[in-house]
Amino acid sequence: MKGENRVAAPVANPYDARAVSPLSLSLTSGALASIASLSARADWSLINMPKGVSELSREIHDMHMIMLWICVVIAFFTFGAMIVAMVRFRKSKGAVADQKFLHNARLEAAWTIVPVMILIAMAIPSVEKLVKIEDTSGSGLTIKVTGHQWYWQYEYLGSGVSFYSRLARDSDIARQKGSGVDPATVENYLLDVDKPLVVPTGVKIRMLLTANDVIHAWWVPDFGMKRDAIPGFINEMWISVDADKPGTYRGQCAELCGADHGFMPIVVIAKPKAEFDAWLGQQKTAAPAALAATE
Amino acid sequence: MAHASHDDHAHGRPAGIVRWLTTTNHKDIGTMYLVFSLLMFLIGGAFAFVIRSELFQPGLQLVDPAFFNQMTTMHALVMVFGAVMPATVGLANWMIPMQIGAADMALPRMNLFSFWLLAFAFLLLLSTFLMPGGAPASGWTLYPPLVLQSGEAFPLAIFAIHLMGASSIMGAINVIVTIVNMRAPGMTLLKMPLFSWSWLITAYLLIAVMPVFAGAVTMLLTDYFFATSFFNAAGGGDPVLFQHVFWFFGHPEVYIMILPAFGIVSEIIPTFSRKPIFGYEAMVYAIASIAFLSFIVWAHHMFTVGMPLAGQLFFTLSTMLIAVPTGVKIFNWTATMWRGSVSFEPPMLFALAFLFLFTIGGFSGLMLAIVPADFQYHDTYFVVAHFHYVLVPGSVFGLMAAVYYWLPKWTGHMYDMRLAKWHFWLSAVFVNVLFFPQHFLGLAGMPRRIPDYAAQFADWNMVSSIGAFGFGLAQLLFVWLIIQCVRGGERATAGVWDWPHGLEWTVPSPAPYHTFGKSPEVH
Repeated sequence: MKGENRVAAPVANPYDARAVSPLSLSLTSGALASIASLSARADWSLINMPKGVSELSREIHDMHMIMLWICVVIAFFTFGAMIVAMVRFRKSKGAVADQKFLHNARLEAAWTIVPVMILIAMAIPSVEKLVKIEDTSGSGLTIKVTGHQWYWQYEYLGSGVSFYSRLARDSDIARQKGSGVDPATVENYLLDVDKPLVVPTGVKIRMLLTANDVIHAWWVPDFGMKRDAIPGFINEMWISVDADKPGTYRGQCAELCGADHGFMPIVVIAKPKAEFDAWLGQQKTAAPAALAATE
Repeated sequence: MAHASHDDHAHGRPAGIVRWLTTTNHKDIGTMYLVFSLLMFLIGGAFAFVIRSELFQPGLQLVDPAFFNQMTTMHALVMVFGAVMPATVGLANWMIPMQIGAADMALPRMNLFSFWLLAFAFLLLLSTFLMPGGAPASGWTLYPPLVLQSGEAFPLAIFAIHLMGASSIMGAINVIVTIVNMRAPGMTLLKMPLFSWSWLITAYLLIAVMPVFAGAVTMLLTDYFFATSFFNAAGGGDPVLFQHVFWFFGHPEVYIMILPAFGIVSEIIPTFSRKPIFGYEAMVYAIASIAFLSFIVWAHHMFTVGMPLAGQLFFTLSTMLIAVPTGVKIFNWTATMWRGSVSFEPPMLFALAFLFLFTIGGFSGLMLAIVPADFQYHDTYFVVAHFHYVLVPGSVFGLMAAVYYWLPKWTGHMYDMRLAKWHFWLSAVFVNVLFFPQHFLGLAGMPRRIPDYAAQFADWNMVSSIGAFGFGLAQLLFVWLIIQCVRGGERATAGVWDWPHGLEWTVPSPAPYHTFGKSPEVH
C-alpha cells in the first residue's frame, strides 16, 4: 500500500485525494473491528430485532433477516462495482475516459429486469404472512386496550375485569428533570408499570385497540406487532404467546401522543392458561374494590 | 463586450440593502435563497443539537418533554421547508437560466415575491417559540387530534405553512415557465442538462402536492376554530383521513427534496469522470417514473393504522417498484465512472458519498416497504435512521456537492481545497457515527420521538450523540469556507474544472450579472 502511494504521488493533481484509499480502508477496518467486538459480546438484542415469543414475531423476524441478507448481497455487488470503478479508472493512475461508453442496451435491460425479479421474490412471502396476521378469527380471549394521555387501560371483555396501567412510581420519580435519581439505579427504568396486563400463553388473543384522546400505538416487540389506537375507531390485531414461553414482556407507546409519550410503557405478564384463569377469577372478585380505588 | 456593459448600465442596480430588497436578478435571488437556507440549516442544526444532547444519556437533564417535542417538530419543519427546499430553489435560480441559455428566470418579480414570502413565513414560524404554549409540538406530520392540542402557536404555524406553500408553488411555476419557454435555440428537452430536468419534474410535483397540503392544514384550522369535524370521530370525521391526505403530499415531498440532488449528482459524476453521463435518456425517464410512483405509495407511511389487506399489499408493491428506477440511476452513475478518468475533487467526494450512503438509505427503505416487517419497524429509530440516510448524506450531501461544484462560478474564486476535504471527511465519518447506530436502536425496540429511554438503549444513543456533535461542528468549517471564498482567493477560470461540460462553463467566473444577452446556439 505504501509503495503504491509513493508511485502515485508525483503524478497526482493537487485536487486529488491521495489518501482516499488508505484512509477509507482504516475507517472500514475500524468499523468492522467494532462490529466484531460487539458480536464477541454476542448480545444481538442490542442491535437487532428480537425473535420474540410468538409465531408471528418469529416469522416477521425471519422475513427481516432474509431482506437484510438480500440487501447485503445486493450491496456487495453494487458497492463492489462502485469501488472497482473508483479504483481502476482513477485519473491519477493514468486512466483515459472512453467517451463512447455511454449506452449499453443489454446491460441497461439487465439492471432493470433483475431488480424487478428480486423484488417480486421479496414480496411474495409477505402476502401469505399478511393474510395470517389480519385473520383475527378463532381467538380464545378478547382484550380491549384504550390509550389515554398517558397510560393504558385494559378490559377483559365479558369478564367485567378492567384496570389502568401506568408508569411505575420509581421510574416516574427518576425521570423528572433534576430528580437527582440515577436512572441506572431504577430497575426496568421507563419499562415498568404499576399493574401489568396478564395474558394466557398458548391462546390466540384478539386485541381491540382504541383511544380516549389522541392516537397512541400499542407495541410489544416480542409479540411482533404494533397497531394504532385511534380515538373514535376500533382497530383489531391478534397476539399469541408460545405455550412454553411464559414470562414478562415489555413495550412502549409507539405513536407520538404528547408530552409524556415516552412515559407510557406496556408490560405484559404471560402465564400458563390455568394460572391465568385463576388470576382472572381473583380479579373478578376484587374488581369492584379495585374500581372504587381508582375512582 | 462593450455592448454587454452598456446593457449592464441600462439596468443599473442599486447598491447595499436596497439591491437585495428590490432585485429581480435570478443570481441575486438565488444567492438570497442559498444564504437563507444555510441560516436555516444552522438553526435546524441547533435544534438537533438540543435533541441529541438530551438523548446523550438516560434521564432528563436539559429540557422538559414538552420542549423536546417542540424541538423535534421544529427541527423537521425548519430542515425540510427552510433548509433543503430553499437550497434547491436557490440552485434552480442560479443554474437553470445558465444551463439552458436563458437571460433570467421568466417571472422575475414573482421570483422575488416568493423569496420574501418564504422569509416571512419562517419569521412567523420561529416566532411561535415566544407564544404561550410554545412552538408546535405534534411532530412535523401534524397528526390530529394531537395537533389540535397546540396552544397559540397553532394558527401562526398553519399560516406559515400556507405562505411556504404559496412560495414553493410560485417558485415551481417560474421554473416550468422558464424551462418551457426560454431554452436557447437548439436546446431541445432531451439535450437539457440533468439538473434542469430534475428540477422541471420536481416543479410539477410541487404544483401537484402543495395545494393538497394547504387543504389539509386548512381543514385542521377549521376543526380548531370553527368546530368542523373533518378529523374528529365524534362529529363523523376520521383522524386517519388527515394521514392519507398528509402523506399524499408528504411522499412526493420526499422526492421534491431528493430529485434535485439526483440532478446535481448527475452533473458532477460526469465532470470528474471526464465522460458524459451513461444512459442519459434512461436517467430522464427514471426521474419521471420515480415522480409518478411517488403519488401512489403514500400509505406506506401508515401501515399500522389498520388498512384493508388489499390496501397493504398494493402499497407494499408500489413502494418496492420505486427501487427499480432508483436502481437504474445508481447503476448509471456507476457506469458513468466505468472506463472514465476519475478524480476526487471536493464536489466529487460529496457526490460519491451520496452514491454510497443514499443507497444504504434505499436498502432500509426497501425493508420498510415490506409490510409485515414494517409492523416492527414502524415509528422506531429504524425509520429515523432510514430517512436521515436519504436526507442528510442524500439530499444535504447533494446540495453541498453542488455548492463545491458551482461556488467558483458564483464567486469567481477557487476555495480552499484542503479545508473542503477536511469538511468532507469529517462530515462523511460523523454522519455515519450519527445515523448508523440508530438502525440498531430501532431494531432493538426504541420508539422515535421520545426524550428519555430505557437503559439498554444507552450505549448507542451516546455514540449517535457523539456523531451528531462531530457532524455539527464540521459544518462550521463549511460556513467558514464559503465566507472565505466569497471574500477572495485564487481566480477561477471560466471552465473551473478539468472537463467542464454545459453552458454555465462557457461564461466567465464569476458569472456576469446578466448572462446570455444574446442566446447561445446549442448544437
